[in-house]
Amino acid sequence: MSIDLSQFFEVFFEESLEGLDAMEAELLNLDPGNEDMETINTIFRAAHSIKGGSGTFGFTSVSDFTHVLETLLDQIRDGQRALTAEHVNLLLKSVDCLRGMLAALQSEQEPDLTEADEIRKRFEVILGFSEDTNSCNSDIEETKSENTYQIDFKPHPHLFKTGNEPLYMISELAELGELETQAFYDALPDIDSLHSEECFLAWRFFLTTTKPESAISEIFEWVEDDADIDIVLCGGLFESDLSDDENNTHQTPVLATNEIQAERPVSETQASAPITINTSAVKKAEPKKSSDSSVTSIRVGIDKVDSLINMVGELVITQAMLSQIGEQEITESTITALQEGLAQLAHNTRDLQENVMRIRMLPISFVFSRFPRLVRDTSQKLNKQVELKLLGEQTELDKTVMEKISDPMVHLVRNSLDHGLETPEQRVASGKDPVGTVTLNAFHQGGNIVIEIMDDGQGLNTEKIRDKAIANGLIQDTDELSSDEINELIFMPGFSTADEVSDISGRGVGMDVVRRNIQALNGSVEVASAPGVGSTFTIRLPLTLAILDGQLVKVAQHTYIIPLISIVESLQIDISKVSRVGKDLDVLRLRDEYIPILRLYDIFNHGGAIEELDKTLLVVVESDNHKVGLLVDDLLAQQQVVIKSLEANYQKVDGISGATILGDGRVSLIIDISGLIKLSGLKRPGSQDLIVEQNAVGGAA
Amino acid sequence: MKKILAVDDSASMRQMVGFTLKKAGFEVVEAKDGSEALGIAKQQSFDAVISDVNMPVMDGITLIKELRTLPSYKFTPLLMLTTESGLDKKTEGKAAGATGWIVKPFNPDQLLAVLKKVIR
Repeated sequence: MSIDLSQFFEVFFEESLEGLDAMEAELLNLDPGNEDMETINTIFRAAHSIKGGSGTFGFTSVSDFTHVLETLLDQIRDGQRALTAEHVNLLLKSVDCLRGMLAALQSEQEPDLTEADEIRKRFEVILGFSEDTNSCNSDIEETKSENTYQIDFKPHPHLFKTGNEPLYMISELAELGELETQAFYDALPDIDSLHSEECFLAWRFFLTTTKPESAISEIFEWVEDDADIDIVLCGGLFESDLSDDENNTHQTPVLATNEIQAERPVSETQASAPITINTSAVKKAEPKKSSDSSVTSIRVGIDKVDSLINMVGELVITQAMLSQIGEQEITESTITALQEGLAQLAHNTRDLQENVMRIRMLPISFVFSRFPRLVRDTSQKLNKQVELKLLGEQTELDKTVMEKISDPMVHLVRNSLDHGLETPEQRVASGKDPVGTVTLNAFHQGGNIVIEIMDDGQGLNTEKIRDKAIANGLIQDTDELSSDEINELIFMPGFSTADEVSDISGRGVGMDVVRRNIQALNGSVEVASAPGVGSTFTIRLPLTLAILDGQLVKVAQHTYIIPLISIVESLQIDISKVSRVGKDLDVLRLRDEYIPILRLYDIFNHGGAIEELDKTLLVVVESDNHKVGLLVDDLLAQQQVVIKSLEANYQKVDGISGATILGDGRVSLIIDISGLIKLSGLKRPGSQDLIVEQNAVGGAA
Repeated sequence: MKKILAVDDSASMRQMVGFTLKKAGFEVVEAKDGSEALGIAKQQSFDAVISDVNMPVMDGITLIKELRTLPSYKFTPLLMLTTESGLDKKTEGKAAGATGWIVKPFNPDQLLAVLKKVIR
């Protein structure tokens, strides 16, 4: 039977990567010298499963490598060896190495084994020997000559209770060659003491076969301890005496052993051959799997699926009810029933929508779980003592958002460790606990998820930031800025606080990139800091990228959608506070700020819109920390809209992030605020020019 | 149709074993650990049980020990999936009442060949 093993690869990769995550988490929990047995067991099981699976699916490089890990863990588990910090470090390295190997295999490439071999050697040094990882799995090979064996098989009475069945063994023997069978029933007791669950029979077989003796002993392998088994080679010489008395058969073993010994090396070398053939066959099968390696899957709890099925059931009932009403004559009572039915339908749809969204939601612990390792490694490198606290790990978040938030978070945590926390000496000197604390906290707030990264370090150095900003020309030395405004400067492009680039946080990626990445997810990031007490970075993200809370606005005869999260306020324009800058830019003085006014009808080339400023409405939106006002004819409803990709269905359009379909079937475009600002010809907010321009306006007004 | 209970904590192994057996014409029920398997085994009857040894919650050896004490599993073939390094596991398994073992790694054909020893 041929079974294409490649169909199980994806599941194997997924569970192996999960196993590695579990291993890593447990390894970080380990306290050498005081280890918990269950933790060791969990780590062992993960390694063991990866080894078993990779061996079965033909990834020999992985299974060979895991083998040494497993051996070491097994010895620790059995108490033969004490766990040391060196072991933990090496095991953690192996986890990384295995991740790399699996990733390579997943994309159908040969993994780079240099690191693996190096780690393996270090394991072998620890283990004190170089282990032979060749498994000698016995596939039966034909030998050239035909031999006859005499097999005496006398099961012990309890044989049936092991679940073995002599009849099947005999038929297996018969498959090996020509079989002659004699049954002995002398041990059978008289009917009174006969126990139906016990075996009293014995057999003698003569088997003429081309297979080696190992093929025969393999049949009886499972019952070696549950029966007397005697296999002897009769050899051609004795063939004529076969059916004779037992004396002859007692002499045969002497001759037989010689021949068997001579035969053994042959059968062993041959035995390994079929295995290599198998693996190469599997490897050849791999490339066929083509592009679906990029298809990731998601594990969904059965309860979520059940509740979906339940809701679809209700939807079907509502649909049946509605179509029944539709068949009736329209009277006042049917209209009432219809309205009720529609309300029911709306309810069902909303429930269904929420639950479908829940499928994509995963607990944020998937992201948090990588931080213990990161903090451990980084703090070792920096010689700082750090305690990591994780809060709200069960807070759920859309899978896509989760994947994209991970890197910005890593950057922020590294930053806290590197710049935020002081060295133990500094901490003691300022009367703090030498061990610094970094806290990651996640919780839901409205339709958003909030992630906080807190440290109890020295806080942001406002003096230094201010000086740096002046040196970089971001602000002028005459500017009066509050400490919050100064802290905000770290998110400006071209700003880096580190005097020299360290390999921890200075990776050429500034905080501006962090902010931009978070904003690309429709989120925001802020910092609050107090000198000597610590800093808190707060990331706010929408729960999902698929649905957006939108404000519908009217521009000429068109409806556009502005993401609610970016709207600061909407107002009627007080014409006396509008001034014109340059040729055609109007700015509105709103309290202490100057808001550039962008005329949407102008940008999108719509005729027939209201052009008089005092008859229209201004929606003030914020992007990249700068505000602009969008001129619209009217504000319509606020609603949740499902985002459809424009790029997938049409092409990328500047200033537009996507589209949605409205209740009346019309397509409405969703405005991409930062893209729109770029499109409108205003300088990128946050750049020096815009600020200078605004300051100039301030001076003029 | 002969019915087999396949127990393994690794989803890929479970799928592979399950798929192979189904293709060979067996009815297969899968369980992810010993405890789940024991619960299932008490409610349905099986012609054979194939179980991994190292599993969370309840390992394969304990499962086999527990199954053997049940009257309906007195003679049922109970097979363990072990790795080549688990030689002492084989002895331990036999003592617990295992019928035999299948050595990992194995391919679908090897699995079916071994199964022929106890179920036809």
